Amino acid sequence: MVFVGIWQAYVSLFDVSPLLVASPLDVGDSFIAGWTSGELASATLLTLKILGMGMAFGMTAAAVFTTVATWTRIGEDVLVLLTSMLNPLPSIAILPLAILWFGLSSTALVVVIANAVTWPIAINLSMGFRTVPSTLLMVGRNLGLRGARMVKDVLMPAALPHIISGVKTGWAFGWRTIIAAELVFGVAGGGGGLGFFINESRYFLRVPDVFAGLVTIALIGIALETLFNLIEKKTVIKWGMKGEAETDTTPARSQ
Amino acid sequence: MSERLPKTNQATSSREPLLAVDHVQIGYNVDKKLNIAVRDASFEIFAGEKMMLLGPSGSGKSTILKAVAGFLKPVGGRIVIAGRESLEPEPDRAVVFQEFDQLFPWRTVEDNVAYSLRVTGRDKREAAATAKRYIEMMGLSLAADRYPHQLSGGMKQRVAIARALALDPLMLLMDEPFGSLDAQTRSRLQREVHEISERTHVTILFVTHSIQEALFLGDRVVVLADAPSHVQEIVDVSGADDPDSEEFITLRRHLRQLLAEDEQDVHHAVFE
Repeated sequence: MVFVGIWQAYVSLFDVSPLLVASPLDVGDSFIAGWTSGELASATLLTLKILGMGMAFGMTAAAVFTTVATWTRIGEDVLVLLTSMLNPLPSIAILPLAILWFGLSSTALVVVIANAVTWPIAINLSMGFRTVPSTLLMVGRNLGLRGARMVKDVLMPAALPHIISGVKTGWAFGWRTIIAAELVFGVAGGGGGLGFFINESRYFLRVPDVFAGLVTIALIGIALETLFNLIEKKTVIKWGMKGEAETDTTPARSQ
Repeated sequence: MSERLPKTNQATSSREPLLAVDHVQIGYNVDKKLNIAVRDASFEIFAGEKMMLLGPSGSGKSTILKAVAGFLKPVGGRIVIAGRESLEPEPDRAVVFQEFDQLFPWRTVEDNVAYSLRVTGRDKREAAATAKRYIEMMGLSLAADRYPHQLSGGMKQRVAIARALALDPLMLLMDEPFGSLDAQTRSRLQREVHEISERTHVTILFVTHSIQEALFLGDRVVVLADAPSHVQEIVDVSGADDPDSEEFITLRRHLRQLLAEDEQDVHHAVFE
């Protein structure tokens, strides 16, 4: 609130060029207009749709990789090799390759997002599986649990703290990547998501729209962060599997 | 399901053992080399009996229990339970571990017990009712809705015992269940388990390194020796429940001697 006040005062008092910084009031107008006209809403939806598809593919791939890696020796080696190679690679870096292979389509974006989220989730999931207390596994076997039932009833819930933090990191990576990819796409002339919206607004000097797009990105980020925290509070924190004060130790990665 | 022996019938002489451990040898493969953990163990347990496995660390007592539970396969000899050769872990041999993390942290006390019953084939209502009964029996009614992380170590072990008993197993396998508890909680739980076993005549195989615990809880004690592990002697201690009785003191001396002889061989074992 204080920040918004200073921002408005700065724009009103110092006569800043509206082509550089839009005032909060203008941004608010653009934000509301964008959402009511559906322009911003459809851009956001498109972005979220592609992100969702990429996340779905990435999570499935991570689950498959990790399960294979947990059960076979060679799978573990392959997973370690792939994650150590692909995880440090800024996922936006493979966009040119994806465009080359899949054209300027949403498929290329989905592939890039899937790649961005697979590895952090796979790392966390395999860590989660490996750190399930051996006593708990023996209790499961003692109850006659085998195979899929064991995975569903013991391994998954026991690995839940790691699963959640993997999805959290995966989503953050995916979110950064898709916005960046759309900006590139915007330049290249395709797309239509949030990043594209921002880029296009810049092109037509609709500065308040640029800010409205940024605000939307920030709000979605905050909303999802809140959602994840809520999920953690209702599950792993309530069950004492993750301390309340414990912070996310996943190293940040620049895009 | 094999037929169960009536639990009250424990005084007849011509009965089959519930569990027969017959010249069992157990080893681990380490770098393709077989490390023998138990060289030769033989003993029998009859229905309703409380058999203690006593020995220093490294004597393979937990290893034997894990083999009976089905977690490890013997490399030699046979383990026969109620006429079947035991191969896989099944809830008919319910295990209580030493570790506190044996409870499912995402389930409440009541659900830890009820889930185990549901997953072994009881219907939902029956599972809930049975769980309630055993939770009450272990004095946990007030904590029924709590999660494991909200419980003390002693309470966690009570839940694990309630969960195992509720399964109505052929036998209870207890792997130093009180080993991580403070002395006071430990002796309280010993008394409770003693009472429950007197009342229900549940068959127990109990691993311990405490002579006092073995004497107080056991009917017979398998004394294991170290390096390499083998059965030293099987001692009848059924009369020695009262720590002040002469029999208890005599037997305690005897067990101490057995373990001390072994200790001289290996120099590192620790007993109370």
